[in-house]
Amino acid sequence: MRNKIIDVQDIVIRFAGDSGDGMQLTGTLFADASALFGNGISTFPDYPAEIRAPRGTVAGVSGFQVHIGNGRIKTPGDYCDALVAMNPAALMANAKWLKPGGSIVLDIDAFDAAGLETAGFKTLYPLKELNLEDHHVVWAPITSLTKESLKDSGLDNKSILRCKNIFTLGMCYFMFNRPLEFTENYIERKFGKKKPLLVEPNKKVLNDGYNYAHNIHAIASTYRVAPAELDPGEYRNINGNQAAAWGLLAASEKSGRPLFIGSYPITPATEILEEIALHKELGAKSLQCEDEIASICTAIGASYAGNLAVTSTSGPGLSLKSEGLGLATMAELPLVVIDVQRGGPSTGLPTKTEQADLNQALYGRNGECPVMVMASKTPSDCFRAAYYAAKFAMEHMMPVILLSESFLGKGSEPWKIPDMKDFPEIKPPVIKHCDGKFKPYMRDPETFVRNWAIPGTPGLEHRIGGLEKNEAGEISYNPANHEKMVENRAAKVAKLADYYPAFTVEGSQNGDVLVVGWGGTYGHLSTAVKEMNDKGLKVGLAHFDYIFPLPHETEAIFSNFGKIIVCELNSGQFANYLRANLPQFKYLQFNKIQGLPFMVHEITDAVEALIPKNKKEK
Amino acid sequence: MKYTFKDFKNDQNVKWCPGCGNHSVLASVVRALPEVCEDRHYDKENIVFVSGIGCSSRFIYYMDTYAFHTIHGRATAISTGIKVANPKLSVWQATGDGDALAIGGNHFIHAIRRNIDINIILFNNQIYGLTKGQYSPTSKLGLVTKTSPYGTVEHPFNPGHLVLGARGTFFARSLDSELQLNKEIMLRAAEHDGTSIMEMLTNCVIYNNGTYKDFSDRAVRADRTITLHDGEPMLFGKNKQKGIMLDGLKLKVVKLGENGITIKDILVADSHSDNIGLHTQIADMKYPDFPVALGVIRDVKDMTYDDNVRDQVIDVKKKSKIHSVEELLHSGETWTVK
Repeated sequence: MRNKIIDVQDIVIRFAGDSGDGMQLTGTLFADASALFGNGISTFPDYPAEIRAPRGTVAGVSGFQVHIGNGRIKTPGDYCDALVAMNPAALMANAKWLKPGGSIVLDIDAFDAAGLETAGFKTLYPLKELNLEDHHVVWAPITSLTKESLKDSGLDNKSILRCKNIFTLGMCYFMFNRPLEFTENYIERKFGKKKPLLVEPNKKVLNDGYNYAHNIHAIASTYRVAPAELDPGEYRNINGNQAAAWGLLAASEKSGRPLFIGSYPITPATEILEEIALHKELGAKSLQCEDEIASICTAIGASYAGNLAVTSTSGPGLSLKSEGLGLATMAELPLVVIDVQRGGPSTGLPTKTEQADLNQALYGRNGECPVMVMASKTPSDCFRAAYYAAKFAMEHMMPVILLSESFLGKGSEPWKIPDMKDFPEIKPPVIKHCDGKFKPYMRDPETFVRNWAIPGTPGLEHRIGGLEKNEAGEISYNPANHEKMVENRAAKVAKLADYYPAFTVEGSQNGDVLVVGWGGTYGHLSTAVKEMNDKGLKVGLAHFDYIFPLPHETEAIFSNFGKIIVCELNSGQFANYLRANLPQFKYLQFNKIQGLPFMVHEITDAVEALIPKNKKEK
Repeated sequence: MKYTFKDFKNDQNVKWCPGCGNHSVLASVVRALPEVCEDRHYDKENIVFVSGIGCSSRFIYYMDTYAFHTIHGRATAISTGIKVANPKLSVWQATGDGDALAIGGNHFIHAIRRNIDINIILFNNQIYGLTKGQYSPTSKLGLVTKTSPYGTVEHPFNPGHLVLGARGTFFARSLDSELQLNKEIMLRAAEHDGTSIMEMLTNCVIYNNGTYKDFSDRAVRADRTITLHDGEPMLFGKNKQKGIMLDGLKLKVVKLGENGITIKDILVADSHSDNIGLHTQIADMKYPDFPVALGVIRDVKDMTYDDNVRDQVIDVKKKSKIHSVEELLHSGETWTVK
């Protein structure tokens, strides 16, 4: 009997296991192999805060979802077509994400009575208990086959067991018709020089997994996902944190200002620091500081000394940086602060996604302290967003907060490699000499921007700091001067909107409902709006990447729709911000605060409910 | 010399209280800087002063150099960023006992641990002056202040001990009024590659007047302090008849001629010695059991953070195949869609 190979538009696979089982790596390798095969991909890691929660428990389950398809994939998918569960807890935790009729791959060796009990099953029949009996299930003895495969490898038992994930990956490559060579090359690259003894065992176990899946013919249907219809060009896979780091490197190169990052490791932002630390060849200096406060303050020091200065963090770290942001605002020094948001408040949900730091970014400082706020929309968009954050910060001499999200920072997608010639120049107002005494707070009358006089430049010696100053840089408690300086700083930020690219609506340009979103919900909102447009519904999407100040077009766009619904992963922070700024409109809200991204159907359901029935049927 | 003290002092009115010890530290600094520039080939525009918050942090407003008055406790972190960004700058920091050792304690010890090349003048008056008289982390046990109306119930830091405990490579101490010694210390600090801590014992005339008078009064200073000079025996007293001796593992005050003690028994000052334990004991000497040590207590060579950061960038640049963002974007696994 020949296996039936079917073409489907797109499929979603979820890998789940104990947090020590290597599921993130398995998922990443699968995603990379698919991307190199030419698929559109989008990934979503979903892992616990505890690096090693008790083995076999639901709390310790780590998941990684990969969405592959033959069009541009904008989201990691809502539900999965296939679930790989390395133990009972992984099945328990992830069964709810499975599509009706989806496939399940299970390690039968892990499904013993003890394992089932630890995972919280009440019986010895997990499939029955979870009502999964109509699903296509592959019971594979993954642990014992991995042991058998590597018994002569010379590896110890523990190392052998750590190869279970590679065996499983081999099975998946067969099931989803992926070539092995990309992963074989990866294994050679990773272990070839440092641990040559691991190369052959890993390749062997990968092939054995592949062959096993082939031999047992257990897979009734093998999916084949045709290569994506992407624009011609050179592509690479990139995640949001890496893209942000590269965007900063690009801005550094373009501006001629060396890149400095002061940062402190914090989930899910750490990779930005790691990535910049890796690229010293481009002149970047990275400083892992003693704390979040030192991170922003070393960056402020580096900015004063003429660098493109950056600090990266997540919500709790942004709280600690508040006073530093005030200093950068007062001293009028360029600074990029990237907040890869996670669930809050406090330690909150460190590994889950949320958009609840918006209020903090907009308002979280003492005094009258306006700070530009931007957001990135997709993993690869973090490159553009970071580049422009750096451009605005340097050209307008101010701190800029770029809001990213766990979902973006950790998620990945294929990215058409941009041509750096297409990115605009960055020209910071560096001053080399002046006639007479240098006045640090003398401003450009158009932009309200002051000059950047960098220590080491003869003749421009001056004093700046956190105390209110007059134009000459002298301390001033003069009431009128303070009011004037507050107004100047505010005017400088307000002017930024003059320099934005045009802000446009996606989908219907006018009509019944305008979906409003910002940041990392773009993929889901855009997919939902397209689906509704395909049904003939007059729905538009206004998705904001420039948040403060708002784009000039905002009011006109809002006027073109009957209803406005603001969709965000918090309890309504952007909606309230819009109410304060454009109170003439009525804002409906759709909110989700579960540490998870939206699902496309949640959006379509909510929006379609706003459209009168007669309009739907026309 | 290319510069005189006038080149470093600006025209702002100095607003510290009359009689404040900070005035003489300011005078020492502006007198040391022309020589610092001469010795280390700095131009004036390469000198940067940084401060945090507190009376002493107002220091930078009186300098005619590049200067940054920052926020409370963070001067050390900002200095670090400046020096890493541009190692060619000579970075000086004015900070107080509250700024450096209370709210900024973390940055202080980590700068010392990293041995970044900045020169920190630590104005220690054992009190919070700008907030009008609360105790500081260096206030003596039992000190009555507005926030300790019945006396403090906590031990103070000895900054020298803290610095050396953090692997400090340079620690010196002086009294505000010792203009010549202050200047010598500043020249040594400028010469030292790494974090140099200069503790200036300053008198707050308003809130903690006379906190050091037991040993700083002119009448008793010679007997109750000892000024260290490398290579010379540690002698003190008006006629240099007393000295410090190492008795087993402990320091001891002895008199020349008594109990057969001769000059050969006296410890020779050596700031360059690797013996951090001995330097710690010297920094710990307290009146009335010992004379208080002034001068450079420790000055040893070690790698510096700013050099290492810069050298690593140079090294990686040499070895890497990637020399531009364009090359970075196309590095690793890519594929072409036709």
